Amino acid sequence: MPLQPRIIPVLLLHKGGLYKTKQFKKPSYVGDPINAVRIFNEKQVDELMILDIDCSVNNSAPNYELIEEIASEAFMPVAYGGGVNSIEIAKKLFGLGIEKVVLNTVLQHNTTLIQQIGDTYGAQAVVACIDFKKNLFGKTNAYFKSGSTKADQSIPQLAKLYEAAGAGELLLNDIDREGSYSGYNLTMLKELVSIVNIPVVVSGGASQVSDFTEAAQNGASGMAAGSMFIYQRPYNAVLISYPSNYFYS
Amino acid sequence: MTTIINYNLGNPKSIKNMLAYLGIESRISANHEDIASAERLILPGVGHFQHGMEQLELLGLVEVLKNEVLENKKPILGICLGMQLLTKHSAEGNRAGLGFVDAQTKKFELQDANLKVPHMGWNEVSWQKESALLASIAEKPRYYFVHSYFVECNQKDDVLGTTHYGQDFVAAFQHESIIGMQFHPEKSHRFGMELLQNFTKL
Repeated sequence: MPLQPRIIPVLLLHKGGLYKTKQFKKPSYVGDPINAVRIFNEKQVDELMILDIDCSVNNSAPNYELIEEIASEAFMPVAYGGGVNSIEIAKKLFGLGIEKVVLNTVLQHNTTLIQQIGDTYGAQAVVACIDFKKNLFGKTNAYFKSGSTKADQSIPQLAKLYEAAGAGELLLNDIDREGSYSGYNLTMLKELVSIVNIPVVVSGGASQVSDFTEAAQNGASGMAAGSMFIYQRPYNAVLISYPSNYFYS
Repeated sequence: MTTIINYNLGNPKSIKNMLAYLGIESRISANHEDIASAERLILPGVGHFQHGMEQLELLGLVEVLKNEVLENKKPILGICLGMQLLTKHSAEGNRAGLGFVDAQTKKFELQDANLKVPHMGWNEVSWQKESALLASIAEKPRYYFVHSYFVECNQKDDVLGTTHYGQDFVAAFQHESIIGMQFHPEKSHRFGMELLQNFTKL
């Protein structure tokens, strides 16, 4: 029985604080992560995603202390990504109360980690993330390492590879749309949904509630969003918000 | 005072934080005195059944729990693995549990290839009997599950709620004040809060 589509607020960690980027650039401080988690506790958030944007760039380990605090404070399941490149790190994260891990950079050279984690914690605890953006010539490519290292394979090839490796879920993140409020990349979503059988979570560009509905109608199992929940437009004043009860009847 | 039993499996802090949010005092402890003096107990847990029982034995908690729950009739809430540990036996590690309820823990063997194990995600529970635990809870609540094994009750009267995932299974049981929840109330935001709040009124 398929479970209901989920709305997933994404919080970015940078230097131990909560930041928001635009197209993976210009990180601006938006607040204390624990405070943000507490605000989301007040709402009906069904899953929270925490991504540390420093780990793969600096080749550093996850900030376990902060992650444990976040997991302890969160009254909903938490997915964590950033620097998860070994089974030992994954084990430690699950022990701290994280429900899912998000893998990206490590998958450039090691997709067996997906299976390793899945064997112990179940496939659905492993989210394989595909970051993608257009190059100067308008060609869309997948990237590793926070959008800095181009992948050899195409996006559909990676999606198939991750599914075959045992990923429980794909996170499809359009870097160009990140923080842009231009709506989700439905073309890419539809393409991937048609070639894999695992749930696909779409990310990048969410601006309004209708974006969620549209993505769900196009096969998304989850809809991730950052800016939309964090900023109040038009001046992008920091306001952590979450529309209540709009999706579930 | 509610004592959340700490036997080194998983992170029980979110339970304590949710209780604190509700204004309910609790402590995380494996200390026998803290268990004996508590008004009620929560047995949390994520992990392997066999490992869970081993830890309870190692910490000398089996006898303490038997005394408090069976003799002194102290309310206990087992969550996820904690629920399964309250049963007589589990297929996970093929070993005996605490046996406080007439039930056993089995492994999911689902026919439908589209259904993955573990059963993980939000799902609904259909309540099977009246209980103070369910006082003024929301309509159509949903709860967060992560498990590969499920509980089967031998006494139908003990079944508090069921969930369907390829098959019906016991999502919650209640035998007098011995309660088990397969889902995680502490990760089910307001729906979980309602149940925890009601538990602390038992």
